[in-house]
Amino acid sequence: MPTEDEGSDEFDWRADESAGEVGFRDRLEEIYQHSIREPALVAWSDMRTRIGFFIVSFYVVMALVDVFGLWRNASPNQSMHRLLPPFQSLKYPLGTTQSGIDLLALIIDSTPFILLMVFAGGVWATTLAVLVGTVSGYKGGRVDTVITTISDFFMAIPGLPLVIVLAITLSPENPLLLGVVLTINYWAGLGRSIRSQVLSIRENSYVEASRTMGTGTLRIIRKDILPNIMPYVLVNFVKAARYTIFASVGLYFIGVLPYSGQNWGVTLNNAYYQGGLFTMQAVHWLLVPIAAIVGLAFGLLLLSQGMDRIFNPRVRTRFSGESESVEEADDSSTGGLM
Amino acid sequence: MNYYLRRTLRIPATILAVATLTFGLIRLLPGGPFTQLRIQLLQRGIPADQVDARIQALQNIRPDAPLWQQYIDYMIGVVQLDLGRSISLGEPVINVLARALPWTVFLVVTSTVLMFVLGVLIGAVQAYWEGSWFDQVTSGASIFLMSIPYYIFAVIGLFFLSFQLGWFPTGNAAARSVQPGFTVAYIQTVLYHAALPIASFTLGGIGSTALNMRGNSIQVLGEEFVEVARLRGLSDNRIATSYVAKNAILPMYTGLLLQIGFRLGGTVVLEEIFSYPGLGYYLIAAVNANDYPLMMGCFLVITVTLVVAVFIADLTYGLIDPRISAGDSDAY
Repeated sequence: MPTEDEGSDEFDWRADESAGEVGFRDRLEEIYQHSIREPALVAWSDMRTRIGFFIVSFYVVMALVDVFGLWRNASPNQSMHRLLPPFQSLKYPLGTTQSGIDLLALIIDSTPFILLMVFAGGVWATTLAVLVGTVSGYKGGRVDTVITTISDFFMAIPGLPLVIVLAITLSPENPLLLGVVLTINYWAGLGRSIRSQVLSIRENSYVEASRTMGTGTLRIIRKDILPNIMPYVLVNFVKAARYTIFASVGLYFIGVLPYSGQNWGVTLNNAYYQGGLFTMQAVHWLLVPIAAIVGLAFGLLLLSQGMDRIFNPRVRTRFSGESESVEEADDSSTGGLM
Repeated sequence: MNYYLRRTLRIPATILAVATLTFGLIRLLPGGPFTQLRIQLLQRGIPADQVDARIQALQNIRPDAPLWQQYIDYMIGVVQLDLGRSISLGEPVINVLARALPWTVFLVVTSTVLMFVLGVLIGAVQAYWEGSWFDQVTSGASIFLMSIPYYIFAVIGLFFLSFQLGWFPTGNAAARSVQPGFTVAYIQTVLYHAALPIASFTLGGIGSTALNMRGNSIQVLGEEFVEVARLRGLSDNRIATSYVAKNAILPMYTGLLLQIGFRLGGTVVLEEIFSYPGLGYYLIAAVNANDYPLMMGCFLVITVTLVVAVFIADLTYGLIDPRISAGDSDAY
């Protein structure tokens, strides 16, 4: 059976039994080993990944608690005590707000919304960036010029002001739409750094070989280029997710995003403007949403830091017993500001 | 073509494109500023036949003219710095923006430079003493700092230092009693008012800068040319500055271009929290007051500021890295 991948070709003549199956099942096995099991093992060996994974799972559990209604919903005057400090009663573990709303219920209520939004933002930003970066980096020439010019234009627009103007027009209340709007021009910068990685990958001899064999552009990008940048893309997915939380909470906090119902940013806004600022008794009202935001961002960050190790060829070799030429991560792009 | 010439020519092109986008946002989006303005004027009891004239007075666009005519009018207005009249403040938008722009630039430039310098220093020391307790503590602190958005520093700082302890002012860019001018008293009050905003904006970015610098330096320290420099018996200082630091900072410099954009956009939240009268503060004020001419003016000017800032950073990049102006491909 003529197989496409060069690796199993020389293997074929030696394999006396089940030669026909080598192609498909082995390839699946190889893909699993190379792209899932090894990176996962490398990442898991890092403590940061484990802690990050644990924290993010905790938020997912919180979202599930809300979806299945295991904790009461937030509503005014559900507690007799106003501004009850946290860790005082088992009934209201995180205390209550000025209007007697259970703070824990507030935080849990908005977790599914936040997670959906963060996911949408990350998927949108990275998918578009990968598409733009690989095509313009690999094709080069006129295609590259056109795409680079367009993404330069989007990079020239500061994100938050654009989101504010768009929010007035679109009034995004759906978490998925909101995620997309928040990262509306995030892809430009990320696409730029993916492009520069692709520029060096496309000089590799195996890409050259595919090209001379007449393989189509999309197939080369998918088979030869994408696997090389996948770890980088994963790390940046997490970064884009973190950006989405920071941007959304910031904009909810200053009150320019439309909302129905509470979420962490709105809670922060209420705590800040409804007197939480002037008295020490209300400080927990301010700190609880902050802890929720920082906790999720911290978990995502640890996860991305741990995954960064997949890049490190030395660490990876120890696990797979062979050398992989993966590009070093340069963490310069989307820094960590927002 | 010369790199600098080409780079300079790109500015007007980008600004033209951005102005076109603003026009599109104002005029074409259903439910966009233009429609909202019309509804708002009608609600105020202005007769329907006068609404067009009012809109023209406020937003230098003639609603009854064909679209291309409106576009040309708007562009001519932008070139003449005529961005319409602010509804809520009752003065030309450009006057408001001219007052606000210096404050925003001051905040962004000071905090970005501080962030970069401090981050690079910390990261370099970390890399030099890799594995020491200093490295471990600061690495942990950097990761933690990175997970806190800058506006949280602002809120916490404002809560404890301004409202509870009263050490810092809670708003404004300068004390009203001090006459603006190049005097010691005025500079003092400006710095005093800017201290908290700048500090929280700097803290928010210092962690990632330090971690970047640490990673880059460790990588460069392992290069062969550093080893050769050591074998040649060059002094540690010379190796640290002209061999390691230079090569470690270079890749970070491109990231800085992107950071300027994020930071300039971030001032919107920062200035709103501190009631600091910059572009972002007026943008939010305009949004809350449904003052569409001012809103779009703020948006346009923030964007143009970013274009110019990136241009300046690009030019200095060419000075630092000779490769960029030599090669004809625009390698970022």
